[in-house]
Parts: sequence; structure tokens; C-alpha cells
Amino acid sequence: MSVSRARFEERLFAVVRPLVIVLLALITLVPFLYMVLLSVKPVDALLLEPGALWVSAEDFTVSTYRDVLRSSGAGGQGFLRFLLNSALVSLGTVALTLLASVPGAYAVSRLRFFGRRQVSALFLAVYLFPATLLAVPLFVIFARLGLSSGLVGLAVVYVAQTVPVSVYMLKNYLVTVPVSVEEAAALDGCTRLRAVREVVLPLAIPSLMATGLYVFMIAWNEFLFALLFLAADPEKWTVSLGLAQLADGVEVPKTVLMAGSVVLTIPVVVLFFAAERLLTEGLTSGADKG
Amino acid sequence: MSAAAPGPPAQPRAPRRGRPMTASRRANRAGIAFVSPTFLVVLVVVALPILWTVLLAFQDARLVDIQGMGLLGDWTLENFSEVFGSGGFWESLLVTLVYTVGGTAGSILLGLVAALALRPRFRGRGLLRAAMLLPYVAPVVAVTFVWEVALSPQYGIVNDWGRRLLGWDDPIAFLSSRRYEVGVLGLHVDVPPALLTVIAFECWRYFPFAFLFVLARLQAVPPVLEEAATVDGATPTQRFRYVLLPQLTPVIALLCVLRFIMTFNKFDDVYLLTGGGAGTDVAAVRVYDFLTARYDVGAAAAQALVLAASLMVLLGLYFRFFGDRAREEQA
Repeated sequence: MSVSRARFEERLFAVVRPLVIVLLALITLVPFLYMVLLSVKPVDALLLEPGALWVSAEDFTVSTYRDVLRSSGAGGQGFLRFLLNSALVSLGTVALTLLASVPGAYAVSRLRFFGRRQVSALFLAVYLFPATLLAVPLFVIFARLGLSSGLVGLAVVYVAQTVPVSVYMLKNYLVTVPVSVEEAAALDGCTRLRAVREVVLPLAIPSLMATGLYVFMIAWNEFLFALLFLAADPEKWTVSLGLAQLADGVEVPKTVLMAGSVVLTIPVVVLFFAAERLLTEGLTSGADKG
Repeated sequence: MSAAAPGPPAQPRAPRRGRPMTASRRANRAGIAFVSPTFLVVLVVVALPILWTVLLAFQDARLVDIQGMGLLGDWTLENFSEVFGSGGFWESLLVTLVYTVGGTAGSILLGLVAALALRPRFRGRGLLRAAMLLPYVAPVVAVTFVWEVALSPQYGIVNDWGRRLLGWDDPIAFLSSRRYEVGVLGLHVDVPPALLTVIAFECWRYFPFAFLFVLARLQAVPPVLEEAATVDGATPTQRFRYVLLPQLTPVIALLCVLRFIMTFNKFDDVYLLTGGGAGTDVAAVRVYDFLTARYDVGAAAAQALVLAASLMVLLGLYFRFFGDRAREEQA
């Protein structure tokens, strides 16, 4: 009885599982395929055949990309400028966040000091506060300061958003770096600061990269604060904000904006897949033995 | 490494285990020194603004006259009566709750299914596992735009296929209709297409998050457990129910908390898809509306505070009932 039930289930899952896998592949990949597809056809072709999941040879065009990247002065949508803004804000955020979180993560992972547990709990608790709680006062501050501080201010806000999670990620890695490497450095006459800089940090590179990448993705993809602070000044728009603002109107063809979506998506996806492998290589495995 | 490990004479600071008292005091001082920069940054850019929000919520603050206002103005409860009294507050809270529960449950369920399906070895598994993360990694503005175009009644692929293959009479405005009548077996049921679409989007975008967590946990389950169950004649569903599920419960409980918090506070997804219209007026979008449409800083702060407070109440309830499991996982 139960043997036949087991056999029945085995057979059922042998059929269902491939179906589920195909379905999952479809729902994750087709939207991105659709994005790329619409970005290389003229808008007339889309309106004529909305259901087409292909692009014919005579329809194929890359003028959408030219259109979306060209500066607005030259009749384009100015995405090159937006890309530059996004890159500046995101890279600035990564640098500042790592700078602010490395000492904290090190202290929380290594040093037994008064209030250690409270501090590390505080870092996590802050992460759980809704962004909207932060949005109101920051909006007021920005309204007071005017737009002159636009991109720098945005980077500062992103740092606020990413420091807690970055401390958490780095801390989890630093506890796995053996204390003995540091003790060895101390024996060789290193001060603690120097030991951190020259011994611990090089060992923590995989974690620094993973954390940096995560922070970069948050900053690059962020939308709410960019909208609150920069909406009035198109010169300072990030790619996310620019795309969202232009998508609201009707004057820019959808296929051109699809090209914008591809431009917005590619850096993050490429970085993600490039680093995914690199991150799996452990650096500490042999460090404690030599 | 023993106590008799003095450093080079030129470096009197090097011996770390000389006298335990001094060493621990030194560690204490170094710890505070190392943590204070990070602590200051968090304090200045996170904690202080949140405190200010609390203050603003009890003041009659509008953006125009906030210039001349001090930090502590006249105290008032007007903002809260405005937030609670304005039309649609309770409806918005309900919508937020439905959206959050739907998005949380759906994304975790889908993530669980994906992790189980992609568990056994097969060709191309690594590639597919990586592909599963795409919706989560891609910028929210780009993916919402793709959904918007795909669901559009005029030029969207979904309505086009629906009409040609499924025989829909009229295109469905997925993102802008509050009610849609569906006939199922002669019964006519009203469904809210916009809210359902937003929930579906949430499931689609965040299932990779659950997928990652569950997959990591699955890999740590010792294979012996399942082998033993198989030898004992357990069927695949029984193996899942009695062997895998108990192993996964803690991580699923943790995921529920994390996803619930994040979805409850979610702004961008809903704002970008529907703008908060058509019955998708979640609380976070209301904060934004108070802030930018009316420049009513006080009411926005009060609404944000109410949102945070409701979340805490819900989390409190959750931990009361399921606390042990989530704590188990965190330990």
C-alpha cells in the first residue's frame, strides 16, 4: 500500500518537477527578455503587434539606445548624464559606507568593550526602521539647504541606509578571521591599528567586496530618496529617477524607455554575476597555518 | 601562545596577555575607540532624524513656515486627528495589511518551491539558480516599468495574448482598476485587479530572497536523515513533511518576520506600479502624499509614526506567539 503510494508520488514528482523548473525559468527570464526585445524595435512595431515575442530583421534598431543616451540638448533623453550621476552617488556611497562601518564591525566582532551587545543590537534595530520615518526630517533638511547639496546629500542618506547592514555583514565575516593572525602581528610589533590595516583588512577583502557590492546595488537601485530630493532638478537625476519621471509622461516612446531600462539594469546584473564567483573563494583557509 | 610571550623590548605595548586586567581594559578602550566613528555616523544620520520625526509629529509643521521654527514648537495632537480622521485611513491600513500578508506569504511559498525544485543536481542548475536572483537584483524602476508595459491595455503583451488565446472580450486594466467582475461557475465575484497585481509583483520580486535563505538551509540538512526516511519507506511528501519541514521551520519563521517588516514599509513598488491609486493606497504612499502633495510635514511625520507603531504592535503579537522559533534561528 505505502510502497505503491511511494511509487506513485515518485512518478508524479518526476513529471511535476521539470514543469515547475520550466515555469520558474519562464517567470524569471521572460520579463528581462521582453525588456531587451522591446528596446531594439521601433515603437510602431510594438503598437502594431503588442503580442510579438520576437523582432523581425527589418524592424531591428539600436536608434532607441542612441536616443536615450544622447543629451537632452541634442534631442535625446540625457541618460548618459544620469548614468554619471548614479555612478558618482553609488561609488561615493560604497566608499563612505565601508569607511564608516569597518571600524565598527571590527570592534563589535573582536573587542570586548563596555556596551558591545547594545551597540550591535542598535545597529540591527536601526535597519528595521521604515525608510519613511527617515524621509520626513531629511526632506525638511534638504528643503532648508536647497538643492545645491543634491548628489552629496543623497549619498549621505544612502550611507545612513546602508551602514547598519554593512556592519552586520562585515562583522559576520570578521568573526571567522582567526584571532591568532592578529596575535602574530602583535608579537611582531604591530599596533592594533596597523594590524587591522595590514593583516585583517587584506584577509577580509572577499567580505569587503561582497558588502561593497551589496551597498552599490542598494544605492544604484534606490528610488524614494532620489525622488524626494532631486525631482525638481533634471540635471541631477539618477538613472532610476530619470526613468521613472519620463515613464510618467506620454511624450517619450516606450521602446526608447525600454532601452533606458536595459541601460539601468545592465551594470547591476553584470556586477552581480561577475562577483558571484569571486565571492565564493575563501581567502582565510590557509592563513592560519603558515 | 602562553603568558610568557613578551614582545620585542622596543615595543612595550606588544605583550597582550601580560596582565589580564590591563589587557581587558585596553580592549575596552580600543573597542570604544573603534566603534565610535560608526556609532557617530549612525547616530547623526539615522537616530537623530528618527527622533526629529517623533517631535515633528506633535507639532503643527508645514514646510513653508518650518524655516523660522525652532526644534521645539507648540505641542499639538492635531496631526494625529488629521491622520486618523482623514478619509481612507482605516481602509489604507487594511490594504497595507492585505498587501503585506499576501506579499510575504506568496514570496516565501514561491521561494520554498523554487529551492526544492532546484535542489537535486541537473545540467544547468547553477545557471538557473543564478537566474532565479534576477528579479531581486534588478533595479525596481526598470522591472516595474517592464510590468507596466506588459500589462498595459493598449500595447501590453498580456492583454494581447489574453484576448487571442484566452478569449478575453475586453482588455483588463490591471494597474488602474479597483474592481473587476469575474464569473466563476455562474457566480460573479468582484476581485481587485490592481491590488492583486501589486501583490503578485511583490511575490515575483522577492521570492529570490526566500529562495536564497531556504536553499542555504537545505544544503545544511544532513543527507542521512532523508536516506534513513527513504529506507523506512517514507514517500516524498512524507519526507518533506516529517524530515525537511521541521529543519526549515526556523528559517521560514525568520523569513516571515523579515519580509513582513520590509513589505509593510514598502514604498517604491506600489508607488511605481499604481501611484497608490485604484485601491492600492498603502500607508507608506500616504506618507509621501502628505509630504509632497500638501507639504504637511507634521501630518506626514504622524502618519509615518503610526505606521511604525502598527508594525511594532504586529511584531509584538508575532513574537508572543512564534517567538521561540525565530530566536532559535538567530542564535
